[in-house]
Amino acid sequence: MAGKGKIVAGVLAPHPPHLVYAANPEQNEPKAECGWETLRWAYDRLRKSLAELEYDVLMVHSPHWRTNIGTHFLGVPHFKSISVDPVFPNLFRYHYDLKVDVPLAESVCKEAADLGLTTQMMRNKDFRIDYGTIISCHLTNPSWDKPIVGISSNGAARYYNMDVLQAMMFKLGQATRTAIEKSGKRVVLLSSNSLSHRHFVTEPEIVEDMSYEHINNHNQYLWDMKMIDLMKQGKTRQMIDVLTDFTEQTNAETESGSLTWLMSAMGFPTKPAEVHGYGTVIGTGNAVVEWREA
Amino acid sequence: MSVIKGYVLPGLPHLVLTPDANPGWKKVRQAMDKVRKEIEAADADVLILYSTYWPSIIGHQIQSRPEPEFVHVDDEFHELGSIPYKFRMDEAFAQAYVAAAKERKLTARTVNYNGFPIDTGSVVVLKLINPNNRLPAVIVSSNIYSDRAETLVLGKAGRDALAKTGKKAIAISITSLSNRLHDHFIDPKDDKINSLKDQEWNQKFLEFLEAGRLEDASQLSRQFHREARVNKVANFKPFWWLASIMGQSNRYKGEVFEYQPIMGSGAAVVGLTPSASEARDLEFDENDPDSYAGERNVLSGGVEVELPDDEDIADLDVEKT
Repeated sequence: MAGKGKIVAGVLAPHPPHLVYAANPEQNEPKAECGWETLRWAYDRLRKSLAELEYDVLMVHSPHWRTNIGTHFLGVPHFKSISVDPVFPNLFRYHYDLKVDVPLAESVCKEAADLGLTTQMMRNKDFRIDYGTIISCHLTNPSWDKPIVGISSNGAARYYNMDVLQAMMFKLGQATRTAIEKSGKRVVLLSSNSLSHRHFVTEPEIVEDMSYEHINNHNQYLWDMKMIDLMKQGKTRQMIDVLTDFTEQTNAETESGSLTWLMSAMGFPTKPAEVHGYGTVIGTGNAVVEWREA
Repeated sequence: MSVIKGYVLPGLPHLVLTPDANPGWKKVRQAMDKVRKEIEAADADVLILYSTYWPSIIGHQIQSRPEPEFVHVDDEFHELGSIPYKFRMDEAFAQAYVAAAKERKLTARTVNYNGFPIDTGSVVVLKLINPNNRLPAVIVSSNIYSDRAETLVLGKAGRDALAKTGKKAIAISITSLSNRLHDHFIDPKDDKINSLKDQEWNQKFLEFLEAGRLEDASQLSRQFHREARVNKVANFKPFWWLASIMGQSNRYKGEVFEYQPIMGSGAAVVGLTPSASEARDLEFDENDPDSYAGERNVLSGGVEVELPDDEDIADLDVEKT
């Protein structure tokens, strides 16, 4: 691969299984009438935007592949199996068939280790890909015509605290950027997480009955809007600096470190982000947001 | 009928895949083998597993697929290998449990899907204590938001289901005691409990259990959660469920088969057999709800949140990375 590689875009790409369920792709067993259109249309706009770009790989950091011993990377070239969401099995039973860019994964793994992070390649061919990875990748690129790099999320926010996790994710982001530049490849990064993340604990009989769908509580909504406002203003360093409070006060899925990794890899962009849309899923706040590399 | 025996069992995959890598792991594995023999000798109809490794959000899920089959790989310890499994579930009892839970105002549903990812803890325990599927099982999820009242009611619903079906059960909570795994790779021979504090709390809890004081241990769960658990969920629930489904008392013969570190966490194999004699009680002072009154929204409702204003943000001195 000739030339210097590049992160061509970074995306906050949340993974509620409801969005795949509502879209009725052939890979998913359950079928829906409709639902969560504001977010699904946001993903429509994202796909249209990314279609303008040429890119080689999707790299995704997932809250639902959780590791405590460092950061792990998918290290098998091909995976084919079924993913059933253990929390919403009524909505997501997805037959996947995907390819992994193992050399790029190995390169990020090595760069991260060189920066002092604990890392490991995942070489077990029976490994089941987590639904966060699958959903974010499906919604971004439903044709699955590009390989992915899958990265686990470390549990340091719970184990220590959010600040420790963020320090690790700053390094992981740097390692990601370095590896991509060395690879000569053009990569889109996906931060596979919601914003506020307090769920309702019941669901309507018709799950896609949108008359039941709203934010879990106003506090979450205020915080989500604050975060989105910072994204739109290009104040990503400030966003990351208040992320500890945001995460603690809204039970946010940013505790996975995905968004911090994304911002670090992109060098904390100051260009305003493109907010493709915001919506709630079973009470949680979700935004589809795109940053283009300057 | 009722629960004729209760167990607290660990669920890390090392016990199936690499028990010989550490003498302590081997001892825990041998203790699991003793439990298997006890269960084989017991006159039980069904195994009821409550797994802290299976989170749920929409109420409580109960595995009911008659013969779930897959090849399991742990998210974290994937390098240890794969665990093929085929289990036997008691579909009728799972449905009875769900009905009993709904009767007590809980949200509950059975889970019966091809390819459903049975959690590591349940796979490990069923492979070791019920290797030939002699007894059918059900697996109960652990709701990430539920606290004591809801978990107690879930345990009572299990008793209701047993009474209704006339079945005799062995109840099993799948959990570590302290759950602080190592955050770095170790040589297995160097394994130890992650901190002295974790070790002391584990030992205190085991003293209670060895004395048969299950209800007392249950009522110390909040304290144990604060002292010895990485707070991944709302609270430490497996002893609430176990004490509740077994009848909320200290009338047990307790036996600690083994206690060792596995990757830093506290792995205990404990048996509790109903007994006529009762250990003295310590607490017994918490509420004892019979039905679930619904979410009280204690985590999110009515909290005044002060958002940072633009001036605050402008003043932030963000460290360059």
